[in-house]
Order: sequence, then structure tokens, then C-alpha cells
Amino acid sequence: MIYLDNAATTRQKPRQVIDAVVNAMTTMGNASRGAHGSSLQAARAVYDTRCKLAKLFGCSRADHVIFTSNSTEALNIAISGICNTGDHVISTVLEHNSVLRPLYRLESEGVISLSFVSADKQGRPHMGEFESLIQPNTRAIVCTHASNLTGEIVDIAAVGAVAKKHGVLLIVDASQTGGCVPINMEAMGIDVLCFTGHKGLYGPQGTGGLCIREGVQIRPFKVGGSGIHSYMKHQPEEYPTRLEAGTLNSHGVMGLSAALDFLEETGVETIARKEHELMMRFYNGVVNLPGVTVYGDFSEGHQRTAVVTLNIHDYDSSAVSDELSECYDIATRPGAHCAPLMHHALGTVEQGAVRFSFSWFTTEDEVDAAIAAVKEIAESE
Amino acid sequence: MRQKKKALVVTFSATSDAMAMERYCLAHELPGRLIPIPREIHAGCGLAWKTEPQEKEHFMSALEDAGIRWEAMEVLELWG
Repeated sequence: MIYLDNAATTRQKPRQVIDAVVNAMTTMGNASRGAHGSSLQAARAVYDTRCKLAKLFGCSRADHVIFTSNSTEALNIAISGICNTGDHVISTVLEHNSVLRPLYRLESEGVISLSFVSADKQGRPHMGEFESLIQPNTRAIVCTHASNLTGEIVDIAAVGAVAKKHGVLLIVDASQTGGCVPINMEAMGIDVLCFTGHKGLYGPQGTGGLCIREGVQIRPFKVGGSGIHSYMKHQPEEYPTRLEAGTLNSHGVMGLSAALDFLEETGVETIARKEHELMMRFYNGVVNLPGVTVYGDFSEGHQRTAVVTLNIHDYDSSAVSDELSECYDIATRPGAHCAPLMHHALGTVEQGAVRFSFSWFTTEDEVDAAIAAVKEIAESE
Repeated sequence: MRQKKKALVVTFSATSDAMAMERYCLAHELPGRLIPIPREIHAGCGLAWKTEPQEKEHFMSALEDAGIRWEAMEVLELWG
């Protein structure tokens, strides 16, 4: 199979990630649940991974790195734990449902009011709206670092400057950029960074988390076992225990830890450069094919992740993706990509779109095969 | 059971602080090890750092230098 659905999950993982999970599942106890060797081994591994993530994302405190099962859970924790009744929240039309639905739920419950930064026909956000939408009761800006549909990267440092100027918290969804794009919370003015482990970080599914700037208070989304202060009736106040009730996915975290070693050895910027080259090779191979419409801004110097989303003629994107899979053994993602507002902005609600997304492990031969497949489908009208 | 003897015990409000303590002590060759929290400090569960009683002043300044949060520091009679 030629796997070009890496924005959904990176299917090929570094060998050391798999070995680390196997090793964890054969040797590790439960982190923070005792002082015997197996438990301490797990606790040390988990803490070590917090340190690696804090370093990768520029989070000032390792104990403010919280593990969750994915970025959706992290975003739910951040949004529900920060917003209060009467708050106003700004988000964007670039968002995934992992941001939109927690916000819509609070809106429907009468807790918050919402405003959205709009985008143009290429999916580029109107950056000036981040400031013009600020209200006296604005509590937070919740913003993706990159669109999962078009790959458009949002200038988070600019958003962070607006948030800081107005005393508003900035919550960032880094699902599409963690491991693919350099991130520094301090430099970019990010208060809460939500990430997933199984995409650009090359870790196992079921891993993710949030990094919290020191001083930001988030109410627990869930409470329960903590391995500490067992006779207290409430969840301990200190991070990370405050937000990590229940047994952690330490086996997965060990895989993520090995993946972070792979990223450090390889270099995030090296990975980004290679993925960008693969993306541009594909883009240049399909952009001028008759009947092919590519979405997004691919101009030189424009910041984007390694995603090319397109349509062929007026074909249903699901039919195109299915043909790619059945006839060419190429895996892509059709439909709405859980990004309804972005499809409205692009005018692709009915047709959907076919997303090709690349990883460190994608080869030029695979890209060329995908170009040839698109060409054949486009010419077979 | 092993014999009781005096030990300095440092407790923490989060396991990550205990992990930071262990990492710091290993890096700086400070003596001690992690143990289950003794009931003399509080009942329940969690981790504590156990070391020699004469290390108290040394550890207080080390913890401050390292910026590690700790909850309590007591000299206790412990088994082993």
C-alpha cells in the first residue's frame, strides 16, 4: 500500500517505538501506584517523557505536561476547565470538530458565547479579526496551529501577541503540527498546547496531552485515583495529578518517549523540510492537470504542513478516494475531515475533498505513483 | 522485619515531584531512595524520599536550588 493519510495517523512508526511498547508491556508496572521496582520504572519513564515533551514544546515545567488519550481529550479538558459562565471565546473556521464541538456544547448550555475568525477561499484566516473580535468578556482564543484540511499554518505568535495584549488565554490545537513544525510555547505566547502522539510525533495511538503555562488554572474534567493523598475527598490540586485521574497509558507513553528520541535524533526541521519537498513534488505534479482543483496557498515561503487537498472534476471525493484505494492501492482521506466550517469557506461542502498527506517515511516513488494515479483518473472522464 | 533506625523522609504533593527529586539526587550523587510514604507522615499512598538524618540541611538547600516542590521533611524511626 502507498499510505498517504498521515494527517489522520502516521501508519509507519520508527522501529524503536514498537520495541519500546513491547518492552513496556513485558516489564512495567503502574506509574505512581507503589514504590516497588516495576512501578518506579513506569513512574520514571512517564516523568522522563514529560521532560522530553516540555523540551520539545518549550513548556517551562515538566510537571505541567499532562497525558491524555489524544488531542480531543486534551482540548475538552482545556476548554471545559477554563471557560466560565458568561465568557466569550474566539475560535476560527479552520478548526477540527475536536475544538468546535466542545465549544458548541458550552454555547448550547448557555455557558459561553462564540465568535469565529473567517477565512478566504484559499483557507487563509483573516488575521486582523483575532483582535477585532475581542470583547470585554473574552476569556480565550482557541485556535488550531494548522488546518487539517488545507495544511494552512496559522501565525500563532501573532495570535499570541493579540492574546497577551488583551489578557486573553491562548489555547492551541497542535494536532497537525506537533513533530512537523517547531513549536515554542514561551516564544509564541501559548498558554495551553494540546497535542496528539500518533501523528507527527510518530507515537502510538492512545497517547496525547496538554502542556500548560505556569499559572494557568484548569479545573479537572475527571476525578478519581491519583496514587497520592488517597484520603482527600477531592482531586489533588497539583499538576499533573490534578488532570490525570486513573491509570495512565504508560505503555503508550513509553512508545511516545521512543518516538521523541527519534524526533530529537532526526530533527523536527529536517523532517519538516523533507515532508515539504514531498508535498511540493506532488503539488507540482497535479496542479496543472486538467480537471484538478487544489485548495490552499502553495506560494513560495507560505507556511504550511505537508498536505495537498484536491478535487477532480465534480466527482464525489469519496468515489475518487475509493478508486485510489481499490485500483491503485493508495490510501487517502475523502469527505469532510471533521472540519465543517473550513469546507464552507472553501465551497466544498457537497463534494468534500481528497486529502493526500505525507510523512518522513513517504518516498518520492510513492509520490510519483500518486501523481500518475490522479492524472489517470482526471483523464478518464 | 528489619531493624528500626532513624531516617530523614521528604514527601511530595505529586509523583512528578518525587521523580524530579530522584533525578536530581542521582545527577548530584545525593544519597537515598524512593519509598512508599510512611504512615507517620500521613496515611494513604504516594512516594517519599528516604535518606540519612544528617543530610537534612544539605537536602533543604539542594531542594531550594533545584526548585523542587516538597511537602514535608521529617526525621522518623523507620523499619529497614
